This record gives sequence, C-alpha cells and structure tokens, in this order.
Amino acid sequence: MNIFNNLYVYFRFLEISVRSQLQYRLSFVMLTAAHFLVTVIEFVTVLVLFDRFGSLKGWDLPEVAFMYGLVNIAFSISDAATRGFDAFGTMVKAGDFDRLLIRPRSTVLQLAGQELTLRRVGRFLQGFAILIWAANAMEIDWTALKVGLVIFAVFGGAALFAGLIVIQATIAFWSTESLEVMNSLTYGGVAVTSYPVTIYRSWFQNFFIYVVPLSTISYFPTLAILGKPDALGTGLAFQYLSPLIGFGFLALTLQTWRFGVKHYRSTGS
Amino acid sequence: MSGYRALISARFRTLLQYRSAAIAGFTTQVFFGLIFVLIFEAFFESSSLPQPMSYPEVVTYIWLGQAFIMMLPWNVDRDLQALIRSGGVSYELLRPMDLYTAWFSRAVALRTAPVALRAFPLLLITALFFDLTAPESPAAAMAFVVTMIGAIILSCAITNFISISMMWTVSGDGIASFAPAIVMMFSGMIVPIPFFPDWIQTIIRILPFSGLVDTPYRLYLGHLPASDLGFLFAHQIIWSFAFILLGRWMLNRGLRRMTVQGG
Repeated sequence: MNIFNNLYVYFRFLEISVRSQLQYRLSFVMLTAAHFLVTVIEFVTVLVLFDRFGSLKGWDLPEVAFMYGLVNIAFSISDAATRGFDAFGTMVKAGDFDRLLIRPRSTVLQLAGQELTLRRVGRFLQGFAILIWAANAMEIDWTALKVGLVIFAVFGGAALFAGLIVIQATIAFWSTESLEVMNSLTYGGVAVTSYPVTIYRSWFQNFFIYVVPLSTISYFPTLAILGKPDALGTGLAFQYLSPLIGFGFLALTLQTWRFGVKHYRSTGS
Repeated sequence: MSGYRALISARFRTLLQYRSAAIAGFTTQVFFGLIFVLIFEAFFESSSLPQPMSYPEVVTYIWLGQAFIMMLPWNVDRDLQALIRSGGVSYELLRPMDLYTAWFSRAVALRTAPVALRAFPLLLITALFFDLTAPESPAAAMAFVVTMIGAIILSCAITNFISISMMWTVSGDGIASFAPAIVMMFSGMIVPIPFFPDWIQTIIRILPFSGLVDTPYRLYLGHLPASDLGFLFAHQIIWSFAFILLGRWMLNRGLRRMTVQGG
C-alpha cells in the first residue's frame, strides 16, 4: 500500500466528513459561532489579569497574547483532526473497532479520517486573530525564517496535542473507556502554555518541558520570534528546532498505539 | 408534592451512580484549580499594584469554585435532551404532574448529586494541602450557606430555562451551546469578579450570574460583609423568579406548537 494511495483515501474520508457536516448549514454556523465565543472567553481572562497587574514576570500583554494565539491555533487543528481517536472509547465499548481491523487500511488512517470537525474553525479563527493583533502590536520584523518557524510551531503543536489524544485512545484498549483525565492535559495544557512556562514553580515547569513537552511548541519558538532572551538559557538554534519534539512525541505515541492494537481484545458485543 | 420529591430522589440516586466519573472529575478539578492558582501566584509575584483581593483570598475563591463547579448551569440534562430529540417527551405529557415542576425537580437532582459526590473530598484535600481557608467568621459561614441555597435555586431555574429552549432547537444546540461560556465568564468562575474593570463590574453585578459563584464565595471570605446578606439573597431570588416565569411562559408556548418527532 503506497503512501500516495493512503493519502488519497485519507482525503476522500475528509471530503465525505466535510460534506456531511455542511448538510446542516445553520446548525454548523451556530456551532462555529458558539465555539468562537467560548474560546474568546478564555482570552478575556488574560486581558482582565493584565489590566489589573500590568505585567507578568517581564512579559507584557502582546507577548503573552502571541503565545496564546500560537497554542490555540495548534490545538484547534489537532482537535479538528483527531475526533476519531477522541471518541475511541465508545467505539471499543460497542465493539465497533473490530470492523476497522478487517479493512485493508491501517487503523490510524481510518480513525484519523473519521471526521474533520469543522466547527473547530471557531477556535482557529480566534487564535489567528489574536496572533495577528499581537504581532502587529509588537511590530515584529518578519523574516521568511520567522514565518517558517510560526508554521513549524503550529504543526509541531498540533502533532503534540494529537499525540496526547492518541495516548487517551490507547489507554482505552485496557480500560475500555475514554479517560477524561486526559482532558486536563489537553485543555489544561492549552491554558498552561498560553503563558510563558518560566512563570510557574519549577516542578510544574519541568513537567511541561520534559514530561508533556508543550513548552517546546509555544514558549521556545515564541522567544526566537520575539528575540527575547531565555531565562532558562537555551540558544536560538534550539528554539528554532524545538517544535520537532512535537512530531517526535506523536511518532512515539503511535508506536504505543500499535502495541495497544496487538493486545486488543474485543468486548464481544 | 410527594411525586416531585420522589422524582428528585430517584434522579439523585441515579446520578450518584457515576462514581468513576466523579473520581476522574476530581483529578481534573484539582489540576485546573492548580493551574489557576499558579497563574495568579505568578501575577501577584510580579506586580506590587494594589489589588482588589489578596492572594490567599483568591486561592480560597478558586478552590471553592472547583469544589462546587458541578452546581453551575453549564450543561443540559442529557436524558431530557434525548427525550426531546426522540419524541419521548410526549410520555412526559401523560404524567399527572406539572411539567415545569417535574423538570425543575430533575434539575435539582442534576445540580446537587454531582456536587454531593465531589465537593467534600475536594474541600478536604485543598484545605489540607492547597491553602483553602475556613470561613472568615460564623456570620460569614451562615451567609455562605444561605446564598449557596439561593445559588442552587437560581442554577436550577437557569438549567430549566435552557432545557425548555431545546424544544425549539431540535438538535439541542442553540442557547445550550452558548450558555456555558456566558455562565463561566459572568459568574466569577474564570476570574473572580473583583478583578474585572470597575465599569464592567457594575453590569456584572446586575446580571444574574454573579449570584451563582461570586456572591456566596465573597461572603465566605468576608470580602462582602455578612450584613449585605438580605440584599444579595434577594438578588438571587428575584432572578430565579424571572427565569421561572420566563421558562413557564416558554414551555406553555412550546407545548402549544409542539410536533412530536419519531413514532
């Protein structure tokens, strides 16, 4: 099965998913608007706090807003693309996963292609608008390299968040239900990494650098783009390359997924 | 009356069955509470500007919020939503009960059972390890209890209003998908209300949602004097009545033009 054929199948899946969601146009518009509103409210927190406190350990509002935008764009992409893995627990419970196993395509491909959740565009637009506003407010002098790093960080971030969802799905092989505890790492991770990681206590910093390396797709790239010195002492080269860790994280979780598939025992219903 | 009481108690016991969800929720809430606490800690460390609340007060406010979060009208009654979608709502009409009161009873169970499971362990753990403080005085504790009852009534009235609105939007979206954002923002759940710019606070204080979170918690802290209790409780009750009247009116209109789906 060559890669082009797999890609072709994947995009066919997505096309079908998109077309079915657009059948209920009004409902789609309402849900997207609601999603936009819900996510904007997260940013209100940042605004309110900066309004009262002025600055945050050497960071000002536009700088934090830039990170916030970056993380939210990344999460919205992963959130839209990994719906199949997110709902995997119910699939295992119902025994529906068996059907995927008898089809001549990988389970990862089939689950990834299950749905492209369009209403996540709400969070995407919100993050994008805030990123643009922040970049304008700071008058960043853009170079091709910096634009490249933004895109690299966004996709690295999407990969990392996707990796977290894959872990959640993998656990379902053993627990036969989706563990919502993982939501604290995804949604909570968005909240945590919207702020520079250095503002937290050190054990919390280390957790988001080494265990769930979300800082590598928000904090370090942001430093490079803003040209800010790093309190943790990393160099520019590391900051440019750090989103790679997001892709590495996803690759690693997909390995554990394959291990899980091998150990899958149907619920038999 | 006994019919409604039976309904509350049956729903309450059903909802108590979701114990593993409660354990998962407990972990999630400790984690989220910790995130908010750490963010506030960083802000307080980096600024010497005078603030409307002290850091220890904010910490207690946050933990109370996490302990009682399930009391907020942030989601819809899933079973009721399914009834409306499947057409099963027609059976509800056959019962010898006032429909509004029956649904209100369901809401009471929905807003109290998960709290009964989660609040106590969360308060205990956060008091032991995460600096949750005791009420400022016996008067503050009493005012807290009274306004928490007011908050539950208000929350149920809003929940029922959202449930009834689903009769218009078959998919169960619409108001139900906007509600959580508005409730979280204006109740004080995301940021304690005193931190908002002063002119917005004036508006937020008039709106009903501060009665869900901000009012009881600040009475607990002594940040609002217990002597304001009468006024604050009246605010909660007046808004509850407004939502109940509006809900009843909508329900009557909805029933007149209802088309039952399915067969």
